[in-house]
Amino acid sequence: MIKLIFTLFAILAMSSLQAENGASLYTKNCAACHGSQGNGGVGVPLALPDFQQNVSDDFLAKTIRHGRPGRVMPAFKKLSNEEINSIVKHLRSWQETPYLPKKISVKPGNVQHGKQLFTKYCSSCHGAQGEGGHGTGVTFSRPRDLPIIAPALNNSGFLASASDVMIKSTLMHGRQGTPMTSFLKQGLSENDIDDLVAYVRAFEKRPYDKQIALEGSENTIIRFESPYDMQTTINNVKRAATGKNFRIIRVQSLNQGFVKESSENIKQTIIYFCNFQLLNQALAVDPRAGLFLPCRVTVVEQNGKVEVSAINPKYMAHIFNNAELNKLCADMDAMYQEIIEESTL
Amino acid sequence: MKIRLRHLTLVCLLWTSHLTIANADDIMMARINQDFPEAMLKLQETLKNQGYTVSRVQRVDIGLTKSGYLTDKYRVVFYGKPDEINRISQQYPELIPYLPLKIAIFAEADDTMLVAANPLILSINAPKPLQKQLSRWEKDLEKLLAQMKIQSD
Repeated sequence: MIKLIFTLFAILAMSSLQAENGASLYTKNCAACHGSQGNGGVGVPLALPDFQQNVSDDFLAKTIRHGRPGRVMPAFKKLSNEEINSIVKHLRSWQETPYLPKKISVKPGNVQHGKQLFTKYCSSCHGAQGEGGHGTGVTFSRPRDLPIIAPALNNSGFLASASDVMIKSTLMHGRQGTPMTSFLKQGLSENDIDDLVAYVRAFEKRPYDKQIALEGSENTIIRFESPYDMQTTINNVKRAATGKNFRIIRVQSLNQGFVKESSENIKQTIIYFCNFQLLNQALAVDPRAGLFLPCRVTVVEQNGKVEVSAINPKYMAHIFNNAELNKLCADMDAMYQEIIEESTL
Repeated sequence: MKIRLRHLTLVCLLWTSHLTIANADDIMMARINQDFPEAMLKLQETLKNQGYTVSRVQRVDIGLTKSGYLTDKYRVVFYGKPDEINRISQQYPELIPYLPLKIAIFAEADDTMLVAANPLILSINAPKPLQKQLSRWEKDLEKLLAQMKIQSD
């Protein structure tokens, strides 16, 4: 009897320890995007009751492990299975009603018919190729059209995490608190829904994340040598940036603010500039894009040579895991190249 | 020759896949349970306590609002240690475009978000002394974010 009580206490203590560990792991790895209480932000609101009721532990664990390539949610490859399970357990602590495995079966569907239905019913939110809605998460400091961004159904991370049963159940019942409505209520039959599931599953043949790589992302910086002296090069950069619709914000030495004005090193000069329309666009796509801000080109004179350099936006792009941002990074890269080329020509 | 080519292809493939996989540690983020003005003050104070100097604060939100765009508070804080900035920029001029170090700070409802790129993303092909420096900056950032969180909880 004593042994039994001791074992029960040990199980309870272990379970409570795991939940506590899960809470701290969640705070460390997830809360910044998903909110301390799972209310969402850059990431989706995980505490949404309907979400909690309809996704399995397996879906949550696989999502943490694989992430969503190109859709902001990174892959947590360094977390152990135990740590991921602890986080899942913590997520479940917000659950009001327990998750019940769905007692529905999925029949092999007609992919072609599924495609027609997808185009008619799903593509307006999930994109023509299942690429998902634009932007990230909910409010995040900026106006948003929807409380939640439609997931990318053609994403390898999603396809690896979601079972056919889960997809079918979501289609049948919708998701309360989101724009996703029940397709049964919209008049589709279960057979139609099986066809839709078959079409979504067929995305596995051409997953989205294969399209996120950017060419020219090997180097951390863009660097050109200038044939002009320091001051002429600075003036050239300013003129070239203005010509590309950028506003010059300030010109300063690298060590300005660190040393007295008289000790500033004018041989390391930064030209800051901005195009607010582009900036607004970038922040709407990813609020973390502030890490690129403001746009800048650096002119350095060392050993008699004048060099003009900038960060390589294509290199920086990969850390955001946001395929939408890639396009802007590629544009930004082209603009930097043009500005630097023009000023050193 | 064939084996060398195959080896080279494999290396290239691994290199490309490394570039395209986003690591969860590449961006360092923290959600602070404090409103923006308070968190902004704490950030500058914590940086100072860690021996850093804040060289400038870029008021992104002001520029956006003046241009007619809607946004909540959004700033970029530039910081560094004067001697380090001087030494690193002389020894590794390729790092200058990434200097001074920076943290984006912005409001999200009642919380404040802190976002920084992990300095280790610049360690590819970096010589050992530079890797050591980048690693120390990473540790300092981790400590900074942890302290900001503790102070806000």
